[in-house]
Amino acid sequence: MLSRIAESLFWIGRYVERADGTARILDVNLERLNQLPASEQHQVAGQLLGIMGSRPETADFGLSELLNRLAYDRTSPSSIAGALGAARENARRARETVSSALWECLNTTWYGLSQHRKDVVGTYRFCHWVLERTAMVNGLADTTMSHDEGWQFMILGRSLERADMTARMLQAPDLLSSGLSWVNMLRCAGAYESFLRTRRAASGEEHAAEFLLLDRLFPRSVVYALGDAERALEQLDPSYQRVGFIDDARRIVGQARTFLEFHQTANLMAELPEHMDRVQKACAQASDAITRKYFAQTVDLAWVGEVS
Amino acid sequence: MSDLFQDYAAAAGRSAAYDEMFGPGQIPRPEYSHVAAALGAQTLADVTARADSMARTFLDRGVTFDFAGEERPFPLDIVPRVISAADWTVLEHGVAQRVHALEAFLQDVYGKMQVVSDGVIPRRLVTSSAHFHREVSGFDPAGGVRVLISGIDLVRDDAGTFRVLEDNVRVPSGVSYVLENRRAMAKGLPEAFAQLSVRPVEEYPRRLLSALRKTAPPSVEDPTVVVLTPGVFNSAYFEHTLLAGLMGVELVEGRDLICRGNRVYMRTTAGEQRVDVIYKRIDDDFLDPLQFRSDSVLGCPGIVNAARAGNVTIANAVGNGVADDKLVYTYVPDLIRYYLGEEPVIPNVDTFRLEEPAAREEVMDRLDELVVKPVDGSGGKGLVIGPSASKEELEGLRAKVLADPRGWIAQPVLQLSTVPTMAGGRFGPRHVDLRPFAINDGDDIWVLPGGLTRVALKEGSLIVNSSQGGGSKDTWVLAGSDVTAAPDAPAAPAAVPAVHERTSVWPVESGWQEGAQEQ
Repeated sequence: MLSRIAESLFWIGRYVERADGTARILDVNLERLNQLPASEQHQVAGQLLGIMGSRPETADFGLSELLNRLAYDRTSPSSIAGALGAARENARRARETVSSALWECLNTTWYGLSQHRKDVVGTYRFCHWVLERTAMVNGLADTTMSHDEGWQFMILGRSLERADMTARMLQAPDLLSSGLSWVNMLRCAGAYESFLRTRRAASGEEHAAEFLLLDRLFPRSVVYALGDAERALEQLDPSYQRVGFIDDARRIVGQARTFLEFHQTANLMAELPEHMDRVQKACAQASDAITRKYFAQTVDLAWVGEVS
Repeated sequence: MSDLFQDYAAAAGRSAAYDEMFGPGQIPRPEYSHVAAALGAQTLADVTARADSMARTFLDRGVTFDFAGEERPFPLDIVPRVISAADWTVLEHGVAQRVHALEAFLQDVYGKMQVVSDGVIPRRLVTSSAHFHREVSGFDPAGGVRVLISGIDLVRDDAGTFRVLEDNVRVPSGVSYVLENRRAMAKGLPEAFAQLSVRPVEEYPRRLLSALRKTAPPSVEDPTVVVLTPGVFNSAYFEHTLLAGLMGVELVEGRDLICRGNRVYMRTTAGEQRVDVIYKRIDDDFLDPLQFRSDSVLGCPGIVNAARAGNVTIANAVGNGVADDKLVYTYVPDLIRYYLGEEPVIPNVDTFRLEEPAAREEVMDRLDELVVKPVDGSGGKGLVIGPSASKEELEGLRAKVLADPRGWIAQPVLQLSTVPTMAGGRFGPRHVDLRPFAINDGDDIWVLPGGLTRVALKEGSLIVNSSQGGGSKDTWVLAGSDVTAAPDAPAAPAAVPAVHERTSVWPVESGWQEGAQEQ
C-alpha cells in the first residue's frame, strides 16, 4: 500500500475519533457550564479549551466562543467540524482505497455540518448527531473494508486518538473549579452503565477514574485503547525479535500501557493529572514514530540524474 | 404527451438545429419512443423530484469536478440521449477507423516519417506542432501502443450528419461521468430501462485494465498498473479516483514514484515496489522535469528515460499531442486514406487552414460568422465564436491570427443537434455533442457503447464545456438485432433451471436438530 494512502487512512482514524471525543467532552461539559454564573463561565470555558490543547486568543472568551472553537470552527483541526472536514479531505485523497460506503458517509457528514443551529441547544443536537455519524463511519469501516494493512492503519489512528481523548476527559474534573461529577465524567465516555454494572456498590470519583483509566474490558479506557494500538502495530509489522523492539511506536505505546497497568492504583489516582499528561505525550510521540517509519516521504522532489 | 413538452415545438422552431428526439411535426423519432412514453407519464412534480434526487445522489457520492479550487457537481439531465443501433454501428466503425489511423500516424511520426517522404503532409506541419516532442522520437513504447485511450468528439449538424469535431488522444477525460450517469439514470428513469435494451457501459474499467496489462513491458509476468494523477486539485480528480478504484489499482502522485536505474518504483509501506504500467493522467509538459518543464513538481524525474529503456509503459504515450493538433486534424481524412486505404466513415467539419493565403483571406473577411480555434487548445480554451463576439474581440483575434497563422484554424458555426433538457420547470431544446471513448490494446479497438454527451444548459448556447456551464446526459445505445444475438436468444430452447441436488458435505448430520429434540 502506498505510504501516502496509509497516512491518509491513519489520519481518517484519528480525526474521526477526535470529532467523536470532542463531541462527548463538549456535550457533558456544556451541561455543567450552563449552570455556572457568568463570571465563572469565562474561566471554566478557558480551562476547557486548555484541556483540548489550545488557548483562548481573546480575554473575553465566553460560552459562544468556546462553542465556536470546539464545535464549528472549520479552520481548526481540533474542532469537531474541522476534524470531520480533515477526515473527509483525507478520504478524498484516498478515495480509491476506502470503500465507497465509507467515503459517502464522510462526504454526507461534511455536507451536513452546516445544517445545525450554533447556539447552546443546537450544539446538544449537533454533538448527538456527530456521535451518530462517527459511529456510522466506524461501523462502515468495520463491515465494508477488508481488515488489511490499510484498515489496521485506520484502527491504529483511532486507538491512539481514543487513548488521548480519554486522558483529556480524565483531566477535566480536576481543573474545573466546581468539579465535574464522576457521573458526568463516565457519561462523557459512554461508560456510565458499564461502570455501574461492573462496580455495583463501589462507586465514587476514584473508582470512576480508575475504570476509565485501567479497565481491561471497556473499549474506551486508556489501557484498552493503548492495547488496541499495540495490536494494530503488531499486525502491521509482525517480525519477531528475541530482545527489545525495533519499532519505536511499539515501545512507546507498550511502555505507556504497562506503566499504567502495573502501577499501584492508589498512587496513580493521586497523580492523575500528571499521568494523563504523560499519556497524551506518549500518543503524540507514537504518532511521530509511526510517521517516520511508515509514511516518510522525500522532503522535496529530488533530482536523480543517473546514467545506466 | 403531458404538458411538459407543451412549448417545445415553438422553442425548437427558433433554431435550425437537428432535434434528436422529435422529427418534424413534434413526433418522437422511433429510437426515442419509449423515452417519450416514460416521460409523458410523469407530471412536472415527478420529474422535478427525480431530478433533485439525482442531483443529491451526485453530491453525496462526490461526483464532482474541480473548478477554480471548488468542487462542483456535474449536472446530469433527466432526458437521455438515445442513439439507434444502426447509427451506432456506423459511429463505432468510424471511431475505430480514426483511432487506427492516428495510431499509425504517431508510430510513423516518431519513427521514419514515411508520411512526409510520401508527400501526404508537409514536414513543417509536424515539426511546428507544439506537442511534437523530440524527446521521445526514435523509440517505440514498451507495449507497442501509443493511443491506448482516446476520445473522439462528434457533433451532429443541422442535416443530422455526424461529424468529427476534434480528436483527443492525450488525456481524454469524462468517462467517469458516463459510468456514474448510468448508475444515476437507472434509478432516475427506471420505466424507460424496463422496455428498452440499452447497451451496458460498466465493462469499461475491466477493458481498460486488461488493455493496460496487455501493453506492459514484455518481460513482466504479472504487471503492476498504476494511475498517475496530478493530485486532488486537478479538475478530473474524481475520475482518477473512480478509475483507479474500479480497476483496483493504486492511484499515485508524482511524489509517490521514484526512478532508479531506469526503472520506476512507488513508495509503499513495505518499501519500494516496481511499477510496470502507468496510466498517465497528467500533461506531458509536467511529466518529467528532466525532459520537459524543469519546474514541475507533479511528475517524476527519470520516467521518460525509463520508458525509453523499455522498462515501463506510459499510456497514453508521451508526445501524442501532435496527433490531436487541430491543424493535423484537417489532414486526418488523408491519413485514413494513406494508412488504411479506406474512405473516412465519419466526415470532418469543413475547416480553413489559415496558413494557406487564400483561406486566410477568406476567413479574415468573414471573421464574424466563423468559429476560430487555437490548434493546441483543449476544453474550449481560446475559442472565439464570431457571431457572438464583440468588435474588440474580433480585432484582437485578427491580430493574433495574422501574427501566428499556424496556431489557428477556422470553421463554420455548426448548429449542434438538440435534445430536450430540463430547465426552469419545463423541457427546452439544448445543444449537445458526443464523446465516444475507445480503448486500443494493440490488437483490437473497443469503443465504449455511447460515451459522454455534454449539453449546453443555456438556451441557444453552443458551448458544452463543464467549466462554462455545461451539463451532461446519459447516452443510450440501443441494442439492435444486428449488434448482438440477444433477440435470438429466447428462440433457443429455454434453459432448464438447474436443480440443486442436496449433497451432504457438512460434517454435521442434517437430522441433528430432531435428534436433539428427542432427547
